[in-house]
Order: sequence, then structure tokens, then C-alpha cells
Amino acid sequence: MRPFSYTRARTLDDAAQLTHDDTAVAIAGGTNLLDLMKLQVETPETLADINRIGFGGIEDTDDGGLSIGALASNTETAVHPRVRSDYPVLARAILAGATQQLRNKATTGGNLCQRTRCFYFTNIDQPCNKREPGSGCGAIDGIAKLHAVLGTSDQCIATYPGDMAVALSALDAQVEIATPNGDTRRVPVRDFHCLPGDTPWRENVLEKGELITAVTLPAPVGGTQIYRKVRERSSYAFALVSVAAIIEIEDGKFTRADLAFGGLAHKPWHDPRITDALVGTVPSDEIFDKAADILLEDARGFGENDFKIPLARRTLHAVLQNATEAAA
Amino acid sequence: MTVHFKQDKPDDSNRLDGMKQGVLGKPLPRVEGMAKVTGTAPYSAEYPITDCAEGVLVTSTITRGKVLSIDKDAVLSMPGVLAVIDDPAMTTRAAQGTADEAPQQEPGTVCYWGQPIALVVAETFEQARDAAKHLGVEYREDPDAPLDPQAVDGEEQEDETVRQGDLEHAMATAAHSVDVAYTTKGHASAAMEPHASIAQWDGDKLTVYASLQMLNYNISELADALGMEEENIRLVSRFVGGGFGSKLGVSEDVVAAAIAAKEVGRPVRVVLSRQQVFQCVMRRSETKQRLRLAADESGKLIGFGHHALVSNLPGETFAEPVLQSSHFLYGGENRDLMLEVARIHRMTAGSVRAPGEAVGMPALEGAMDVLAEKAGIDPVELRLKNIPEEDPEEGLPFSSHKLAECLKQGAEAFGWDSGPRSPRHTCEGEWWVGTGMASAARVHNIAEATARVTLKADGSAVVETDMTDIGTGTYTILAQLAGEMLGLDPAQVLVELGDTKHPRGPGSGGSWGAASIGSAVYIACKAIREELGQRLGVDEAELELKDGKAASGENLVSLLDGNDLSREGHYEPGDIKDDFTASGFGAFFAQVRVNRFTGETRVDRMLGAFGFGRVLNHKTARSQCLGGITWSIGVALTEALEFDPRDGHLVNCDLAEYHVPVHRDVPDLEVVLVEERDPAASPIQAKGIGELGMCGGAAAIANAIYNACGARIFDYPMTPDRVLAAMPD
Ligand SMILES: Cc1cc2nc3c(=O)[nH]c(=O)nc-3n(C[C@H](O)[C@H](O)[C@H](O)COP(=O)(O)OP(=O)(O)OC[C@H]3O[C@@H](n4cnc5c(N)ncnc54)[C@H](O)[C@@H]3O)c2cc1C
Ligand code: SF4
Repeated sequence: MRPFSYTRARTLDDAAQLTHDDTAVAIAGGTNLLDLMKLQVETPETLADINRIGFGGIEDTDDGGLSIGALASNTETAVHPRVRSDYPVLARAILAGATQQLRNKATTGGNLCQRTRCFYFTNIDQPCNKREPGSGCGAIDGIAKLHAVLGTSDQCIATYPGDMAVALSALDAQVEIATPNGDTRRVPVRDFHCLPGDTPWRENVLEKGELITAVTLPAPVGGTQIYRKVRERSSYAFALVSVAAIIEIEDGKFTRADLAFGGLAHKPWHDPRITDALVGTVPSDEIFDKAADILLEDARGFGENDFKIPLARRTLHAVLQNATEAAA
Repeated sequence: MTVHFKQDKPDDSNRLDGMKQGVLGKPLPRVEGMAKVTGTAPYSAEYPITDCAEGVLVTSTITRGKVLSIDKDAVLSMPGVLAVIDDPAMTTRAAQGTADEAPQQEPGTVCYWGQPIALVVAETFEQARDAAKHLGVEYREDPDAPLDPQAVDGEEQEDETVRQGDLEHAMATAAHSVDVAYTTKGHASAAMEPHASIAQWDGDKLTVYASLQMLNYNISELADALGMEEENIRLVSRFVGGGFGSKLGVSEDVVAAAIAAKEVGRPVRVVLSRQQVFQCVMRRSETKQRLRLAADESGKLIGFGHHALVSNLPGETFAEPVLQSSHFLYGGENRDLMLEVARIHRMTAGSVRAPGEAVGMPALEGAMDVLAEKAGIDPVELRLKNIPEEDPEEGLPFSSHKLAECLKQGAEAFGWDSGPRSPRHTCEGEWWVGTGMASAARVHNIAEATARVTLKADGSAVVETDMTDIGTGTYTILAQLAGEMLGLDPAQVLVELGDTKHPRGPGSGGSWGAASIGSAVYIACKAIREELGQRLGVDEAELELKDGKAASGENLVSLLDGNDLSREGHYEPGDIKDDFTASGFGAFFAQVRVNRFTGETRVDRMLGAFGFGRVLNHKTARSQCLGGITWSIGVALTEALEFDPRDGHLVNCDLAEYHVPVHRDVPDLEVVLVEERDPAASPIQAKGIGELGMCGGAAAIANAIYNACGARIFDYPMTPDRVLAAMPD
């Protein structure tokens, strides 16, 4: 860990000023940032502690939705009565991630901004275009079992590793961002993370000095809400594939099918064509397959992670079947 | 006074059962348990040594070559940095277990990615770590270091080779034959406590607080590395936060701390980072194995073949002894066994819990399941049929043999259904449910050991040896053993371990600790009893001691008359080793569920039945078995070291990415202890138990996966991708 200075921001303005500098980084729970600092993957000169600037609350919004403060801990969010009753997919996704101890520290903002778990990204003695632009990608032709099969580029095949954001994507939540000049902008979670393209170091749309202040959920949509995470051990492992689903079936037909996928890409994957293909149809193996065909149309494996393609198909099938059974 | 006993014949006198205190075998809680859970038990990095400087190892970023130069000056000018050390005496690997000499030195010669090449010492840990990352190193790389064990010619380990009869012919003519190939991936010990040392000099006397399993060997390894006399060295390892083989030999931190402390003239602490523990201590070799089984119509083996390929660095003597139990577990007169080592440039391969059987047994017991299916025989029955009367290769009798009892008692306790078996008989929701079983076997090892027992004038006792307790319960069982022999409540027995100022123990490794050091304590106590008997005019064999008194009513305290009574017991395994084949045996039963969509496997329940001689403490023995079964789950389902194919570096080098089973992966486990007395195993009729619990258990799970969903998988661990690839539609 390199020497760094630590400042506690008291207000949002403070924080914006502090993090405006290129060498400054905001710290929330620290569960991701500190690990990366010890490994010298992240080497900020200044840490701006944002834990005291407010934005911890979870509050009802005027339109019946819910606003989850950027500094609410993952545990607080997962156990919140309204989250549990109205947005169970979110509670389930959070509880499927990390461990109780980590969730107690981890925050909404930090969770959204967590970095990839690519083995080459976290080892500074290996090439990585994300960490060191132009150095090459260690994972392509390396150990890439956890890596992406959708939306990859020849620069980077890393995944966004988180669970919470996958549920937020299915829920079509909005990220509320404070800009350095005092404004607030809103970005759908579905557009918050970026694909690697030629700029793999850019993981989300936050500009320098911008901070997440909250995530807002729309009014409850009901339906059967499922978070299905496939992993190599039954807890404390990142997703090989995950599916967040909000499904409604009326009169034997899908009337709602909002789906998002984790473990497949550099962002929680959402494809509106899947919703279009499902809504209005009668659940059947054929239609489940068709949804998977759409999802995986452009999927490409890198050897070790080829299995994710059939696994995503099968997991989607399981989720749609579960939802159909729940509706019956 | 030292009493020496060399065991050349079985000891049927079974003296311990005649003692009166009645504490041996009782499920006493660990005597050091409270200190550990309250954080007051000092682990090696935690000794409150004042003025301690901090050292961090610098590791190589090439696979093979030479260090040409190190830019020390740039780093020496960084804040707090005291020294950059690349002394040729520094070691670049851990010593192999029982090596008794320094491991590879010369940090300037690089043999694997991540090898220690220097140590940076600074005032604070953070300063040292930062400086270590900044150290400029110029290398000359020798390209194309071999990295793939299957791409090089293996070296045959001739000691392991057995050719008896004609296996090819037996395979060709057998009523049932199986010829299958298995692979297993590398494993890490993944002990919670990282390797850590604090070294302190007083003139030419060196003390090192270190996390080590075998001080009796480690002291000579360290002395050899530093060119010192052993009497000038003291090693202290009173509490060790797990070893599992990774701390058998002196590790890089110990030697580096000693050299650095001399150079900076202050105590120096060196703690390996989690990544370094994974990258530069010890791995269990991956294996590739071929199993050939030939059986007659009834399922009796007439041929047995087991070939294995493992790997290690050039020059290392250790070869994962995959065939160890294959040599004697089952009969079959036509035999062909061979072990080969591929020389590659990954970090050192060495002992990880149950070296050999941990990976050999899962392959063998998987193949036995294939044979049972082919022959249409119940898998338990197949094993029972093939238990040999004597060692099928050496012709030696077994010292004791509890496999049949374990199979029967285990099957009974588990509720094993011996009816016809075919996959996919039960589906609950999305989950296929099935059962599987496997035999367990682990050779019995025993080693020379000494311990001093002192009956204090106040009627309490002290046991002293440099033996370690690596979390297994040694403190507790020695208190029970001495208490039993001397007629004392174990609370009256103070056990002092993990310090080379005490007599040399056997060290903790190869499951030999309890039987070996227990025998030394037994011998010392017996000598004390002889002296007490003389004072009382009673033959030792007739002497009854209980609660500090002799049967005659005489009090130990008055008998001692104000003086301590001390004896050193020295146990040496004798020729008996050549007269018997000795092993622990057991059986595993598992029920698993496999998700028909995702290929995820969950263990529903698992049972192990084990016979390993006398049980010294039912609680600590059972805990060893529970831990072993948990490791079996890791071998079967989750644990795998992944190496980069281009430079051989270990990629998944922390506990987030190297997947040991978590609580949720481990269901209620049941342990059946099939107690016995093995008179040839040790003077206390006990055998090793620390490793048996993981020797074959992975196959019970693999066989259950097949029974559940019809996926016959030949590659461990059976992660969802592999299950899906093998699962019929
Ligand atoms: C061993 C392990 C296992 C894990 N397993 C899982 C898992 O299975 N699933 C899963 O989803 N996650 C998992 N995690 C990740 C965990 O969820 C994240 O570490 C956590 O959510 C990060 O939150 P934090 O508040 O600690 O972030 P920090 O570490 O404080 O910050 C992370 C990043 O976010 C930025 N940041 C924080 N707050 C804001 C804000 N308000 N605005 C802008 N930027 C901000 C920081 O600058 C930093 O770059 C695991 C983590 C570990 C260590
Ligand atoms: S996949 Fe992305 S993060 Fe991983 S090494 Fe390649 S560039 Fe770096």
C-alpha cells in the first residue's frame, strides 16, 4: 500500500471537491477498495471518506417507489421491510453475494462500482488493459473461466462481478448521481455500466468528481421475483451465471418478463428483446429456448468459459420454469 | 534419566486399559480452547517483541532465470526502509517434511514465478510492503520453462514400481474389466494462519517464533541454512493456526527473518501475505492417473493396475505418493503400479494433508464404483469381497484391519440400500438425488519421539516436548494420557509444547503425532510408575493410581517427599515396521443432490466410519474426522489450483478464489469410530487419524453424483461445468 492521505468529507460538496482531483478516490465500506490498494491495483494519493455525508437512508418516494441511499449497507437494504415485501429479487440478490460480514460493510454505491475479479487485473505483475492501458489482456489465452461471453472486446473480456446490480437492472432502477457543479443526474442502472470496447478501464458512466447519492426503485411491480445464482460453492463465491427475473403470468400467458443476467458480461446484461419475445406467449420449453437463443445470439466463449453459454441457457430455463410453476 | 524403548514386537499387554483414572478416550474439550477463542493464545506473529522491524518478501515476476541486479538504493531512500536483503543463504522454497537440511537457497536463481528473491525491511509493515512492490529487479530469463506436466517425459519412481504376474493378460481374460483415467487438480493447504516468523538475536544465540509443524526437523533445517549449531537456536511454535503439511519444513520467512534480524541488529518479523502463502509455500501436485481393474465373474479382483503422473520442480525429492494405499488395499495377483514425476516450473509440490491417498483414493474408489456397476455387484459387497488376507505385494500380515467392520457399521448407520443401483432413481424438484460410497485407507506412520514427564512434589505433573499442537488436540490428549498413567485429573497435568528447549518430539505430520509422542509420554510415565512402585514395594504392573493416590491409600505427595520425580521417555519404532503392513481403514457414505439444470452438486449428508486403533479423546478424534470429511468435499467439488499456461503462475491465490468448502457446503456429518487396539502400531495401540478422514471421501461423492444424475466424471473437482458436460440429456 502506498502512503496516502485520508480526509473525511462532511458534506456532499466537500466530497465532490475532494474527489475531483485525479489522484483522489472516495471510500465507502472499503471492502473492495482497500483490498485493491493493498495489492497496489488502486493507488490513490487521497482517500475521501464519504461515510459521514448522509445518503444512508432508505425512503419511500412520491411515486410509491423506494430510494436507497448510496451509503445504506447491503445488509440494511436486504432486511428493509419494503425491500423484502415489494422488491424481493433485490433482497435475494444481495443475500446471494459475499458474506454477512462483508454485506454489513458494503454500501449501495460501492457495490455498484465494485471492480472485476479478473485474476490478471488484481495481479500487478501481469498484463491487463484495464489496469494498465496498452499492456495487453492476460485473461485472453489465460485462465478465463470466470470471464464474459457477451459484449467482450479484443481488449478485455472481464465481467462485472456483482449481484445487487443485476436485480436493480431487472427492476429498472435509476442511479442518482451528484455532479461536481451541484446538479443531480439520473441514469438507468441498465445504462450505468459500460462495455469494455477500446476503453476497458472505464467501467461506468461516472465522471470525475461525480458521486452516487442513491438508487431509486420504481413503484412495486409485483410478480414472481427470482434471483438465481449458479456458483462453484454454495456461498461466498461469485456468479458463474446469475439471473434476476420478475415474471407475471395471467391467463396462462406471460404479461411481464423483466430479466437481467450476471456473470456474462462487463455489465449486468439486459436485453429488451427477451421481454418482447416472452410477453404474450404461453410458457413452454420452446419459448424458453427462444428466449435463450436471443440472449445468446452473439455469445462467444474463450475456451475455459465456453460452458457459460449452455449454462446460461439452462439457468434461464430453470428460472422461467420456476416462475411458471409459481404462477400455476 | 532417559528411558529408551524400541518397539520390535507387538505389545499385547495393553497396559492403558488396566489404568484406573479412567480419563483416556474421554471427550475432554481442548485445554487451550479458551485461550484460542479469547485471543490470548499467542500465534507466532503476535509475540510482544519490542523494537521489531518488519520484513516483506519480494517475489520473482519471471518463471526461470537469474536475478542480474537489484536496485536497492532507490528503495533504501524510501521512508522507513532499513535494508534490502538478498543474502545467498535465504531460502527460495519451504523444506520438504522431515528434510532435516536446508531447502534450496540462492534467491538469485529463479525456478518458479513468485519465488522469493529478496526481503525488504522497514519500520512499519506498510512501508516494507510498498518498498517491496517498488524494488527494481533486472532478470535474465531462461525462456520456455516446461510448465505442462503432460508435455514432458515423466521420471519413473522406481521404488514405487510393482510388476507382479501379467496384468495385460488378466485384463484381456477377465469377466469384468475397467480401464479408466482420472485427473485431479492441485490443492493448497489453505491454513488460516499465514506463515509468520519473528527472529531475535542475543549475541550469537537466535530465537525464532515461527508457525511450524516439526520443530525437531526445522531446527536442523534452519541451522543448516544459516551455517549454525543447533544449540544456538531456539524455535518457538506454541500455537499453530493450521498446518496441513504446509508448515512441515522450515519456510522462507523463518530464514529471511533470521538473516534480516542479524543485519539490522533488531528483531524482525516476516509475515507472508495470503497470496505469498499460496504462491511460494507448497502445493499438492495435480495428478493424472490410470486405473485398471480386472475381476472374475464374482467380482473378485485378479488384476490391479494403478499408474500416476505427478509433478514437481527439478531437484525436488518429493513425489505425491499417489499409490501408497493402492499397494495393499485390495487383492489381485496380477499387479502393475507405477509413479512418474514430471519436472516443471510451478512452485514446489509437497505434502498437503494426506499426501498420496488424498488424490489416489478418490481415483481408485471411483474406478471401483465403475467395476461394481459392470459386475452388477453392490459397491459395499465388492469391497468386502476384495479385502486381502495379507499385503498382496509384500506378503506381510496386517497389524490390524478394520475395513470390513467399517464398511458394515458404516452401511448400517447410514442406511445404505444394497439393492440394485441405477442412476436417476430419485428426482426432487430440480434435483437428482443419489448415494455413493467408498473405502478409506491411509498408511500408518510412526516416528521417534522423546518427552519429559515430571511428577511435581505438589502432586501435579508437567509434560515437556517440542512437539507441536497444530489445532489437532495434542495438548489435551497428552494431559489425558499422563493423567491416566499417573492417576491424575488431566487438569493437574500441564503440557508444555512447541519449544525446542524441551526434548525432541516427532513433530506434527503424516498423522503420526499422537501415536508417536503419546508413546514417548507413556514410556516416561511408565518409568515414573516403576519408581513409585519401588517406593511402595509394589510391582509396577500391580500399581493402581487414582486421584493422586495409590490403591494402598498412600498419597503421591507424601511419597514424593518434597522432591520432583522426572523421567524422559524415548520411543523408537523398531523392526516391527518390517513385520507388518499397518494402516488405518474406513468407509464413507454420501448422499448428494445434483441440479438437473445447472449441474450444481450439494452434499445432503455424509458419514464416515473409521478404525485407527485406540481413540485417545473421542471429541478431538471425531473433530479430525469431521475436518477430513470436509476436505473430501473440497476435493470432490470445489478445490483447484489454477496455473497460468504461459508462465506457470498461480492465479487463484486467495481464499475468495481458491474455493475451500464453506459452512453451507458442509451438511451434518456423522462419524462412527470403530475402536480397536492395534498392538503393532505403537505401545499405546493407537494409529494416525488426522488424514484418514479425507482418504477416499471424494469418491463417495463422485459415485453419488453418478448415482444421482448419470454423470460419470473422471476429473476432480466436479464443478458445475464438468457435471453439465457429463450429464446425459
Ligand atoms: C471476498 C469477497 C467476496 C465477495 N463476493 C461478492 C458476491 O458474491 N457478490 C457481490 O455482488 N459482491 C461480492 N463482493 C463485493 C462486495 O459486494 C463489494 O466489495 C462491496 O459491495 C463494495 O462496497 P463498499 O462500500 O465496500 O465499496 P468501497 O470498497 O468503499 O468502494 C468501491 C468503489 O466504489 C467507489 N464508490 C463507493 N461509493 C461510491 C459512491 N457513493 N459514489 C461513487 N463511487 C463510489 C469507490 O470509490 C471505489 O472505487 C465480494 C467482496 C469480497 C471481498
Ligand atoms: S480481461 Fe480485462 S481485466 Fe482481465 S486482464 Fe484482460 S483487460 Fe484486464
